[in-house]
Amino acid sequence: MKTTMKLMATSCLTLTASMAFADGHMANEMTIVSWGGAYSASQQAAYHDPYMAKTGVNIINDESSAEAVAKLRAMNEAGNVTWDVVDVVAADAIRLCDEGLAMEIDADTQLADGDDGSKASADFGDLLVSDCFIPQIVYSTTVGYRTDLVGDTPPTDICALFDTETYPGKRSLEKRPVVNLEWALLCDGVPKDEIYDMLATDEGQAKAFAKLDTIKDDTIWWSAGADTPQLLADGEVVMGSTYNGRLFSLIEEKKQPVAMLWDAQMFDLDGWIIPTGLTPERQARALDYIMFATDTQRLADQAKYIAYGPARLSSAPLVGKHATLGIEMAPHMPTDPNNAKNTFLYNYEWWADYRDDMDAKFQAWLSQ
Amino acid sequence: MSELVMAADGRPLKASLNRALRRQKLRALALIAPLLIFILVSFVMPIADMLFRSVENEIVGDTLPRTTQALKTWDPSADQAPGEEVFDALYTDMALAVEYKSHTRLGSRLNYEKTGIASMFRKSGRRVSKFKTDVYKDTFVAADAAYSDAGQWERWMSDAEIRANLPVTTDAYDGWAKMLVEAEGDVPGEEQPWNFVYAALYQDAVAGAELPIAVDVSAIEPVSISAQFAAVDDSWLDPDVWRTIKTYAPKYTNGYFLNSVDLMKGAEGIEQRPDNEKIYVVLFVRTMIMSLSIMGMCVLLGYPIAWLLANLKDRTANLLMILVLLPFWTSLLVRTSAWKVLLQQQGVINDLLVWIGLVADDNRLQLINNQTGTIIAMTHILLPFMILPLYSVMKTIPPSYLRAAKSLGATNWTAFWRVYFPQSVPGIGAGCILVFILAIGYYITPELVGGTKGVFISNRIAYHISSSLNWGLAAALGTILLVIVMALYWAYDKIVGIDNVKLGG
Repeated sequence: MKTTMKLMATSCLTLTASMAFADGHMANEMTIVSWGGAYSASQQAAYHDPYMAKTGVNIINDESSAEAVAKLRAMNEAGNVTWDVVDVVAADAIRLCDEGLAMEIDADTQLADGDDGSKASADFGDLLVSDCFIPQIVYSTTVGYRTDLVGDTPPTDICALFDTETYPGKRSLEKRPVVNLEWALLCDGVPKDEIYDMLATDEGQAKAFAKLDTIKDDTIWWSAGADTPQLLADGEVVMGSTYNGRLFSLIEEKKQPVAMLWDAQMFDLDGWIIPTGLTPERQARALDYIMFATDTQRLADQAKYIAYGPARLSSAPLVGKHATLGIEMAPHMPTDPNNAKNTFLYNYEWWADYRDDMDAKFQAWLSQ
Repeated sequence: MSELVMAADGRPLKASLNRALRRQKLRALALIAPLLIFILVSFVMPIADMLFRSVENEIVGDTLPRTTQALKTWDPSADQAPGEEVFDALYTDMALAVEYKSHTRLGSRLNYEKTGIASMFRKSGRRVSKFKTDVYKDTFVAADAAYSDAGQWERWMSDAEIRANLPVTTDAYDGWAKMLVEAEGDVPGEEQPWNFVYAALYQDAVAGAELPIAVDVSAIEPVSISAQFAAVDDSWLDPDVWRTIKTYAPKYTNGYFLNSVDLMKGAEGIEQRPDNEKIYVVLFVRTMIMSLSIMGMCVLLGYPIAWLLANLKDRTANLLMILVLLPFWTSLLVRTSAWKVLLQQQGVINDLLVWIGLVADDNRLQLINNQTGTIIAMTHILLPFMILPLYSVMKTIPPSYLRAAKSLGATNWTAFWRVYFPQSVPGIGAGCILVFILAIGYYITPELVGGTKGVFISNRIAYHISSSLNWGLAAALGTILLVIVMALYWAYDKIVGIDNVKLGG
């Protein structure tokens, strides 16, 4: 009899508990959305674990960043936003901000000051590319090549991509206009600061596509971040573009015969947004998390686990050694002065306007 | 004359029977109601809602109601931007839209039609509250302090006569008051109206309306709103921008559908898109042709296997069946990636061919990142959907028919073609429909192995849903795809007959 009572009481409790869960969020729980894989693991170690230890808030990971824009819109239309903090690239943050799906952040009052006493707005500087965007890392799209397939003259600049005589063989490039069009114009002799003005004109676009035409038959177009590393490892391509962190892991962790170029690397940003439509309580918790996870030390900590540069100026001196490989990480950061000699900053404003138009033209060009 | 037959309780038998039947029907309906409601709510309604987006276009009129109204008199074939009255209306609309944070959303919407509008709206939204229109407010307030009194404004704006005298002001004030309550949570009676309300009051005054307290406005040097918009972005003076706004002002649009067949709304009606932007028709045709090829490959490969399965001993057949089903139990991505490893130029198949000597080392076959790759990978993935219905139909064909045909003198081929094959046609039909319909909706596999020429229309739909957020265009493309499928289904029904399709015994 006693056992029955106990059983009933337990099941009642379980039921209530599960109903509280079903209600969306327990008082002390938040859902953080990111990209998964090694990147999420670095965030778990650098941000989530210390935050959970500090506050007792339980963090649930969701690996939906690739579809974040569409899912957030759907959640918003349904009036049931289940995410608290979302990791997106800057271009998506701009779109989400435009669509009213991400809340605006005031950097100086809602983000931590830098360790060196600088205000957040100065510490992040130009990287605050949207009112809703809280930068986290700087990554770059750059080119890796097979050291055993390029002969005695390894490439030193980006235009090796277009030089099929010196470097015969396939290349892999991303299956979207971003980055490719800029590199094409750069290698067609257009000065760096005129590229976006040029690309805004019909002639400039035609010029860029004409340059890409020269390697169209030698190119494998990738759409998943893991493609180029796999193609390089299999010797399927002689060189290809991908994110610098992927190349770091291919070269330093997997020890493949691959080297990378830092020339004309295209800087891009990844960071957080907080969705609109959260209850005040959840919003406050999300803001508290953001305040913690984007302070100087935390951003520097992430670089121990993955080769992406911290978005704060004040974090750069704190970047140390890789947590398991034990190598100095600073020389592998895209922002390291030795690597950042010739860089390219993605023009967000321009791409926000031209993305749809250029994408249509790019797809039409691909299918010709 | 037929006499009315009565039931035992004295009522007419017919009515009594009807009652009983009706009750039965209701009970049957109640039994299926949960499923019916579930399907309606979770399947039919979302699809209808999604399809409706292909024509829905309320955002322009909702965000810029005054501007679209003012644009009605503007001639879109003019080669200059509309006059000051449209910009005055835009000033009010924009100031309000910024508070609702809807201006950037409208900017993104119009940017699908004309590149550059997104940043125009974003930039103008930031600056519109700082437009230099203080002169209006200052003049009115200097003439009489009552004009700065929030309570006085509220009293004026609830007086029917004053409202009738000041149509523009009333409209601006109402919009402002509504915004204050909805977006800011403030009370209009406690807030001094914003600059654009005074600008509206000035317009009324210039038009000769009787003001609540007379003010001499002739001394005011009017501020050019259009110049201030142009200072933010000179594209505001581009008539093309205004043409776009005017074209997409109505609540419903066929623009998405035109776009999805490579047409567009030009200055003089519907015109072709420039050649370097045409993609969708090519993709639709390619999707159809490749899906049909995949279907054909599935029949060619699946038929012998199904025949083998149906004619082997049960033990062996079961073992083979597991091999057929095995791919079903493996993740789609894993299968697709496996094909990459097999088919790429440094892959297993090419290595083998080079080793045998069939292919030269410097001339390896291009088997992936093109249409071949898509067809191979998708045929493999969809093959079970062909084999299973074929197998279950073949299982029901008695082997004695073939023996009878042969004993009557038919050759092997005649026996197969005249006796066996016609009986297996329902299975082919069912398999073909399944494979074809699944194939035209596939996008992950073509994206990964299709390269440039092996992608489907569904890849573009996925892009517009998840990346560009152009759900209207995605809905239009989806609707067209749905209509094509239904047309093909209808044609199939006419030619073969849908009763002739069997998924099993």
